Formats: sequence, C-alpha cells, structure tokens
Amino acid sequence: MDLPVPADQPQLSATAPAQPARRRDAQPRIHPRMRDGLRAWLLGGLTIAIFLGLWQAASATHLDFFLRFDNIPAPSKVALRALTVVGSAAFLNDVLTSCERVFLGFGIAASLAVPTGLLIGRYRVAHELLFPLTELLRPVPAIAWVPISIMIWPTDWQSIVFITFLGAYFPILLNTLLGTQRVDPVLVLAARSLGASEGAIFREVYLPGALPAIFTGLAVGMGVGWVSVIAAEMISGQSGVGYFTWEAYSLIQYPDIILGMVAIGLLGLVSSSAIRGFGRLVMPWLSAQ
Amino acid sequence: MSRTKGLVEIDHFGLDYIAEGRATEAVADVSIAVRPGEFVSIVGPSGCGKSTLLNAVAGFRAPSRGRVRVDGETVRGPGADRGMVFQQYSLFPWKTVRQNVEFGLKMKGIGSAQRERMSRTLLALAGLIGFEDQYPDRLSGGMKQRVGIVRALATGPKVLLLDEPFGALDAQTRLIMQQILTNIWQRLRISVLFVTHDIDEAIFLSDRVYVMTARPGRVKAEFRIDLPRPRDPDSILSAKFLALRRELAGLIREESLVAMGGELAGGLGGLDVMLEEGSLADLL
Repeated sequence: MDLPVPADQPQLSATAPAQPARRRDAQPRIHPRMRDGLRAWLLGGLTIAIFLGLWQAASATHLDFFLRFDNIPAPSKVALRALTVVGSAAFLNDVLTSCERVFLGFGIAASLAVPTGLLIGRYRVAHELLFPLTELLRPVPAIAWVPISIMIWPTDWQSIVFITFLGAYFPILLNTLLGTQRVDPVLVLAARSLGASEGAIFREVYLPGALPAIFTGLAVGMGVGWVSVIAAEMISGQSGVGYFTWEAYSLIQYPDIILGMVAIGLLGLVSSSAIRGFGRLVMPWLSAQ
Repeated sequence: MSRTKGLVEIDHFGLDYIAEGRATEAVADVSIAVRPGEFVSIVGPSGCGKSTLLNAVAGFRAPSRGRVRVDGETVRGPGADRGMVFQQYSLFPWKTVRQNVEFGLKMKGIGSAQRERMSRTLLALAGLIGFEDQYPDRLSGGMKQRVGIVRALATGPKVLLLDEPFGALDAQTRLIMQQILTNIWQRLRISVLFVTHDIDEAIFLSDRVYVMTARPGRVKAEFRIDLPRPRDPDSILSAKFLALRRELAGLIREESLVAMGGELAGGLGGLDVMLEEGSLADLL
C-alpha cells in the first residue's frame, strides 16, 4: 500500500527552521508534536491497510474456512460500484430521506428533552411527577417500539421519525437532568445574593451549567438516533439508507450493502462532529482552557 | 448608588439544626453589630457557627431565635443589598470576568453602557484591568477572589459579607489580598462583616473582632483594634499587634480544645504517650 508520506515531508521541513534554534549545531529537527502526529497517522494507516488487504485477499480467494467470504464483495469491487451508485439520484434520495428523518426525530427529541431535563433536575415536583414514567420507558430500546409505532402512526415516515425520536430522547433527557443536578449550589447562592430571580437563575445558572452535559447527551442522542433510524428503515421502510442496505441484501446486490454501511458510518460521523463543533461554539469557556 | 447606612444588627441570634431526629444548637444567643462603614471580623474554632451567622445576614438561613436586621429592616432572604463573597470560588465559569462583575447590575436591569462603566471602575480598583474578557478558569485563585469581591460590590450593597475568602490562598497572596481589600474598603467606606479563622488576618483588617466559643457558638470576647490606619504589612510586628494576637490566640486555643474535647479526652497533655521502653521511633 502506498501511504502518502512524501506529501507531508516538505511541509514539515518548512516549519522546522521556525523552531527556536537553541542548539545551533543540532540538525534541524521535526517538531516532536508533529513527529508524533505523523507517527500516529502512519501506524493508524498501516492497520487500516492491513485490514483492507486481508479482506481483499479473503474475498479474492473466496475464503471458506468457518467464515464464508464467497459472497462478500472485495473492497476493490465496492469502490468500483461506488462510482456508479454514489452519484445516482436514487442513492442521494435515500441519504437525504434518512437525514431528514434523523434530524426531525432528533430535533423534536432535543427540544422536548432539554427543557424536561432541566425541569426534572431543578424542581422536585417535576422529578416526582415525570421521573418514574421516564424510568419505566427508558429501558425499552427504541427498536422494540417498531411494531407499536407502525400501528399507532398513520404513515411509515411518521413511525420511523417516532422511533428516531425515542432513541434520541432518553440520552438527552438523562444527561440534561444529571447536568442540572450537578450545578454547583454555591453558584445558585451567588446568583441569589446578586438579586437574580428564579427565572434568571434558571437561564443564567442552570442552563449554562448543564450545557456541557446537554451536549454530551446530544452527541449520544444523535448516535442512538442513527442506530434507530437505520433499524427502523430496515424493518419497515420503503426508502432511506437503512432500506437501501437491506434491499441490497434482498436483491443480491452485495457491494451495495457495504456502500450502505459506509454511508451510515459517515453520516453518523459528520453529524456527531457537527454537534461537537456547535458545542464549542456555544461554550467558548470550555475551549478557552 | 444609595449606600446611605449599612448598620447590621444580629440580635440574640440562635440557630438549631436537626441531626438524627433531634435539634442541636449550633449558635446560641449571639448579638453582634456592625456600625456603618465599620470593618468587623468574627473568629472562632471550626464549627462554632461563624459562617452560619454570615449566611443568616446574607439571607440564606433563617434564625431559629432572634433576628437579623440591616438598617432596621429584618432580613428575609438573599438580596443585592448585601454582597456575599464565598470561601470556595463561586464565579460563573461560563461568564467572562466582566460578565461576572456585571451580573448583579444586569439583574437590576441596568443598561449595558452603564454596566460597563461601573464594572470598569471596580475592576480597576481591584487591579483587574486587562483581564475583563478572560474566563475564570484562566485566573489564579487570588484573581478569582478579587473578581468575587468586585462582583459582590458592583450592585452597591450596604454591607459586604466575606466567608473566609482567602482561606484557599497561599500566604503571600493572602497578604496582598488583605491589602487590596483594605484599600477597596477605605475607598468605598462600606460596612464589612468578615469571617476567618486566621487571627493575624482578623487583627490586620478589622476595627473590631468578635471571638466565638465552641459549639454552640456564643460571643466569648469582643476586641477593639485601635491600630492606626493605614496599616502596612510591617504593622503585624508591632508590640501592640503582637499583644492583641497573643490574647486572641489564647482565647481561641481554649475554645478549640473545647471543640475537640470529645476527641482529646485528656487535653493536649494526653497526647504525651508514655512508652514503657524505648522511644517512639523504635516502636515505629
């Protein structure tokens, strides 16, 4: 495998002279941190290359020793197939459909779970009223709701959004609740003694105090949201990446299974890093450290 | 800012707390007054209820007996007319120094232009210019407490309450903080009620010092500190200072022993363990 090492070299040597030349006689060296970065990159790339290589070999030789690779498409085949599928309108439509479902379900979950979590964390009455029901429903995985969801909601689209909502709701709620409960009581006292009203304390102390936990919840919720939407689409959908992947299996279009899996992974990655980026934007005091 | 008076009266104050189903007396019949513009400290052994008294003036705790009044009005809850500085750092981590200082003003509904003018003046007084836009995590302990003091002062309270504010700081920083606090106090002429277990600190800062007994806390003694002002750090070496220090230290040691009575049944003498043979070092 050709690892793109040479591409990095000129860049590294270009930065080397910027180093404080404490020892003139010493050779210009690569900055230790950049060297560590390069090293990690190389080693990580090596493992991935070995993984892909073994897979390629197993598929090419139709390995059949307990594990059966005769139906598993080789990475090269998947890559070739990607050229035709990825740009196609149908695939793009499936991706967009799944995105729409996730963002809708996740959006509704976030806009309900965050205020509810804050209330349950702050007020005993809210805790007593809502927490038992939450704990009753929480252990049931969102996927287990699929049959009920299909029966309750008029359309497949709605039931899939509902499943996604359920998957995302509980992690967000629970993290928000914990974050609210962990707000340092002395900050609340400080706000009180500075004349803050109850509403102001909620807005200025509990909400920002719980934000780091809320964002943890949002990241987890987004992950579970994707899991839920894919599973729901595989079971009951007529579109979406989950459906695409499952259909590929039914239609013996095996490279498409891998493409679907890669797409699902990438979509999850992009959405969770979007949440992290948004979190950094909203919580500048954390990145200032 | 209408900082007209600042008379704090703690009248026959008593406070019980419930532990294991029965009421225990934490503070018994304490009467303390802070006259307008006066700097008063409360010292005493740990657990004597000195912080409880401060919390009662702040309005965080209601007395079981007696009452707390500020300028004749009974304290019924926390409010911006009494500024509180806590022992632990209590700055809002998500607000910059300036936003922390302006918080009380914002709660009062004061516009941002005026807020900024006021916070700038106070921050200058505490030597914090240049750090306005920093988040608290970037500040040293001493700076955090200075911001805390400035934040408590921003709303123009009648009295400033400080609960062992420099307890977590190193000795050098503490000395500097004491001078900064003195400086701020002399400029603003605000009443101060200061709780500490550090005798030097109490004498150096105060006009008067109350010594409290072990639990249940009562006032054991009251000292007028008539050392001339301004006091410089060398004044803690003057004969008068040392005499006060010796007297106060003696009183507090008595009370600390009482407070630890349960633990040290035989007093400090009981710690002189008699060894049958050999030295302690051999034994260990």
